[in-house]
Amino acid sequence: MGVRTWIEGWPVYRQLTGTDPLGRGAAAMSARSERLQPRTETADSMARSVCPYCAVGCGQRVYVKDGRISQIEGDPDSPISRGRLCPKGSASKNLVTSELRQTTVLYRRPYATDWEELDLDTAMDMIADRYLAARDATWEDVDDEGRPLNRTLGISSLGGATLDNEENYLIKKLFTASGALQIENQARI
Amino acid sequence: MAECHPVGYQWVMEAKRRGAKVFHIDPRFTRTSATVDTYVPIRAGSDIAFLGGIVNYILENELDFREYVVAYTNAATIVSDDFQDTEDLDGLFSGYDPETGTYDPTSWQYDGHLPHGQMNDTPVQRETAAALQHESHGPPIPPDAPRDETLQNPRCVYQLLKRHYSRYTPEVVERVCGIPREKFEEVARAWTENSGRERTTTLVYSVGWTQHSVGVQYIRTGAIIQLLLGNVGRPGGGVLALRGHASIQGSTDIPTLFNLLPGYLPMPHHANHPTFDDWVGSIAHPSQKGFWGNARAYAASLLKAYWGDAATPENDFCYGYMPRLTGDHGTYQQVLSMIDGKIKGYFLLGQNPAVGSAHGRAQRLGMANLDWLVVRDLFLIESATFWKNSPEVETGEIVPEECRTEVFFMPAASHVEKEGTFTQTQRLLQWREKAVEPPGDARSELWFFYHLGRRIREKLAGSTLRRDRALLDLAWDYPLHGPEQEPDAEAVLREINGYDVATGRPVSHFTELKDDGSTVGGCWIYSGVFADGVNQAARRKPHTEQSWVAPEWGWAWPANRRILYNRASADPEGRPWSERKAYISWDPDKGEWTGPDVPDFERTKAPSYRPPEGATGVAALAGNDPFIMQGDGKGWLYVPSGLVDGPMPTHYEPAESPVRNPLYGQQANPTRKVYRRPENPINPSPPEPHSDVFPYIFTVARLTEHHTAGGMSRMLRYLSELQPEMFVEVSPELAAERGLEHLGWAHVITARAAVEARVMVTDRMAPLRIEDRVIHQVWLPYHWGSEGYSTGESANDLFGITLDPNTLIQESKVGTCDVRPGRRPRGPAYLEYIVDYGRRAGLTPDHHPPIVTTDAVNAARGNAKRSTKKED
Repeated sequence: MGVRTWIEGWPVYRQLTGTDPLGRGAAAMSARSERLQPRTETADSMARSVCPYCAVGCGQRVYVKDGRISQIEGDPDSPISRGRLCPKGSASKNLVTSELRQTTVLYRRPYATDWEELDLDTAMDMIADRYLAARDATWEDVDDEGRPLNRTLGISSLGGATLDNEENYLIKKLFTASGALQIENQARI
Repeated sequence: MAECHPVGYQWVMEAKRRGAKVFHIDPRFTRTSATVDTYVPIRAGSDIAFLGGIVNYILENELDFREYVVAYTNAATIVSDDFQDTEDLDGLFSGYDPETGTYDPTSWQYDGHLPHGQMNDTPVQRETAAALQHESHGPPIPPDAPRDETLQNPRCVYQLLKRHYSRYTPEVVERVCGIPREKFEEVARAWTENSGRERTTTLVYSVGWTQHSVGVQYIRTGAIIQLLLGNVGRPGGGVLALRGHASIQGSTDIPTLFNLLPGYLPMPHHANHPTFDDWVGSIAHPSQKGFWGNARAYAASLLKAYWGDAATPENDFCYGYMPRLTGDHGTYQQVLSMIDGKIKGYFLLGQNPAVGSAHGRAQRLGMANLDWLVVRDLFLIESATFWKNSPEVETGEIVPEECRTEVFFMPAASHVEKEGTFTQTQRLLQWREKAVEPPGDARSELWFFYHLGRRIREKLAGSTLRRDRALLDLAWDYPLHGPEQEPDAEAVLREINGYDVATGRPVSHFTELKDDGSTVGGCWIYSGVFADGVNQAARRKPHTEQSWVAPEWGWAWPANRRILYNRASADPEGRPWSERKAYISWDPDKGEWTGPDVPDFERTKAPSYRPPEGATGVAALAGNDPFIMQGDGKGWLYVPSGLVDGPMPTHYEPAESPVRNPLYGQQANPTRKVYRRPENPINPSPPEPHSDVFPYIFTVARLTEHHTAGGMSRMLRYLSELQPEMFVEVSPELAAERGLEHLGWAHVITARAAVEARVMVTDRMAPLRIEDRVIHQVWLPYHWGSEGYSTGESANDLFGITLDPNTLIQESKVGTCDVRPGRRPRGPAYLEYIVDYGRRAGLTPDHHPPIVTTDAVNAARGNAKRSTKKED
């Protein structure tokens, strides 16, 4: 290592002579930190997204590396948020990658004291059977005066405010055609 | 706002930097309070008294924006001679029926009118939360009401309003709200001085207003002020609702709600809507003004979207398949029906009622009494594990070995693992691209419901039962992608937008929807989101490259308008009210409305246009009628139709209050929705005895670092570290009175529950002087439950179930309580502890608080019977 390199290795020298008089950027970098690259630059792809928490609708940029979420940043292009995210939005990568996330179907039998595993396809079929059975058992064709009711009050649903419009649309369409009208979401709360 | 919508709050700070004065009115000093010009503490539940005081200040001092008020509101409209005010009837309006607890609104109408169709049937309106239909449009009324534009007629709305609020003086505000006169006058002065031709003021609220037994009337009072001051339809004005979930606006527009269909069409009622014509006829008054007159086209296009080729004009577009309401089927009624064993199956879709809904114990006992429960979520939330980990397991009320509910936990895809649109709080749709595949068995709701529907239809194939036709005829064919057979979300959005059946061409505006079956339209207010076959919600032009209105970022309903009713930003002749506040104005040379936003008006209808005699619908709107979704084209200071609890907001005490109503003999909202059941005791309030058993007021709210019921925040490491524990905020004075120690334990008690928390002694909570007493308020965050990295007790367990009669939203921002030092008793001793409190408060199982607390009830009822006019 030459003397010149040695002197230039001092942050204070770079701070006094370079473009970073406050010593909070390039002047403060070590050889290692100089070589570091942000995950946003090494990502394979980036998806334009929206924060999933409150209804302000801050823009998010979701960075993907090797098929996994590597970083979520605020989208500076957004006229709503101009790149900012709050503590929840900033933590939303952890929402997706949390160790507590349950990614397989779980099933609790009546009177059981614990969960058991269940195959997704089997679970879907069991739910479809139960849905139809509940509907059959509680179906109301007409009221006392013979006016149509076309419904079941044996089925309920709650949720939708965290879901997409397209999802709410299919939920409402399927439930309505089934006669299941006890459909609610957070907007009632 | 700084606490719960921090990134939106940057614009408030931006305005403050440019000279705006910012006021924060809240029971608790928050992160918002810390940044504003003036913080005004208020007693929780007294906002109408405060806002009514502002209305009185405006009217007494004639500070209203008179030209705007006369031209654009119903201030000049004459009301029926039969109308009697709360001033005459000790807190009741004319037409009250104590048997049903509802009003006959006949006497509230404009002179010469009678209520249209179902608007007269207020018991049904309350049961079905019919007021929610008016999120996109006003209630049906005839267009031709007598007006006195001098505003001198004692029966005109302006004079009625003036009389109604004349007692809401600064002294009354001080006595009711605990706000000192100087602070009140500072707000009133700033609000009025900063409104008019040259300036506008914005009003922002959230669920601190909606979650009350008079929630709708809180917001109405705010709207009255903003209309009187000319702050609606203009830049920098408005009444802004900050909603709390990413697409809660979308799930209201495309409602997963029992009483609505997409675009605020009503779910049919068995008695009022037996036929398609009855249904459509009830939606719009046949002669009313405005775009809501085209409701038949919106209704036909929706049914066409549901039942496709099977829906024809000859069969009324399969209207006969529609399920019918008979009454209240809301979420709280459902929970009580679960306790009664009437409901077999329950789906929870990204919602956690065990923590997030009022009366958590009722929620959990209901879920423990189902045949089956499907929970779709990212995490094992409390609503999935109530059968083995809940306060009721600890008390022995739920025993896993005896709990029959079969539970399916179905893992859900997160927001980055699927594509689709959220509608944020200003009605803006933003498309999200998919970043990665969901892990394991996790799937989108789109996948779950599409494939559930597919399986159900396959199982029913060949059925000859009449009821199965609605499922078998359903238009349920969407393109599927990838190994998991994910439905194409853009195809669904295209159906929501609507298209021409013959050509498949997407419509570009809701005016293109037809009532003859030639168009499909899944949600008429969203028509245009797929204009020109382009997903307009996916537009991402940077804000730096377009105007400040940013019309090319996403897409807002209706028709990409960013400020609703923006015709009001110009004067009646179409000129800007001032250069400083110019927005949309009439260009006489081009013969059209122009500006940085999409005009909320027919583009080429001149300000001088006057409708010909007998015109209806859009043609009946004059060139100076900005409120194009209202039956008379005007902004409503007074609501003759469409609200269950009165045409003008009136101060009532919350359902639980330590204070006797200082203004009227009528204590609380006489039309509030109550459920008189043993599991739903309500703490006593004056004039009943024993309110001193629960002497304090409590309210709840959110923290920046957590999200609602915690299912999306307590499961995250960073957020749990930032706010690790449940706590209760109390004033130093209350801490001294009850012997509470900072950072020690305390518990808050109501007739429903006791909830323990760490004590935060802080002057963020200030005792208030109400009447001649000191009233203490306590505050709790409601994020906690028994699952996740950070656990704690659930504040919403403390609330009972009392609902706003217009929306069926619960009163969960105010209640009464006791506070005691130390932890609460556990196990069976805990149940006995709650029962003992109830005993001391006189809460026997068959005792319920009185609804009517004034002798004027007979006069109010008599008035209703005198109304003998015929339907017009």
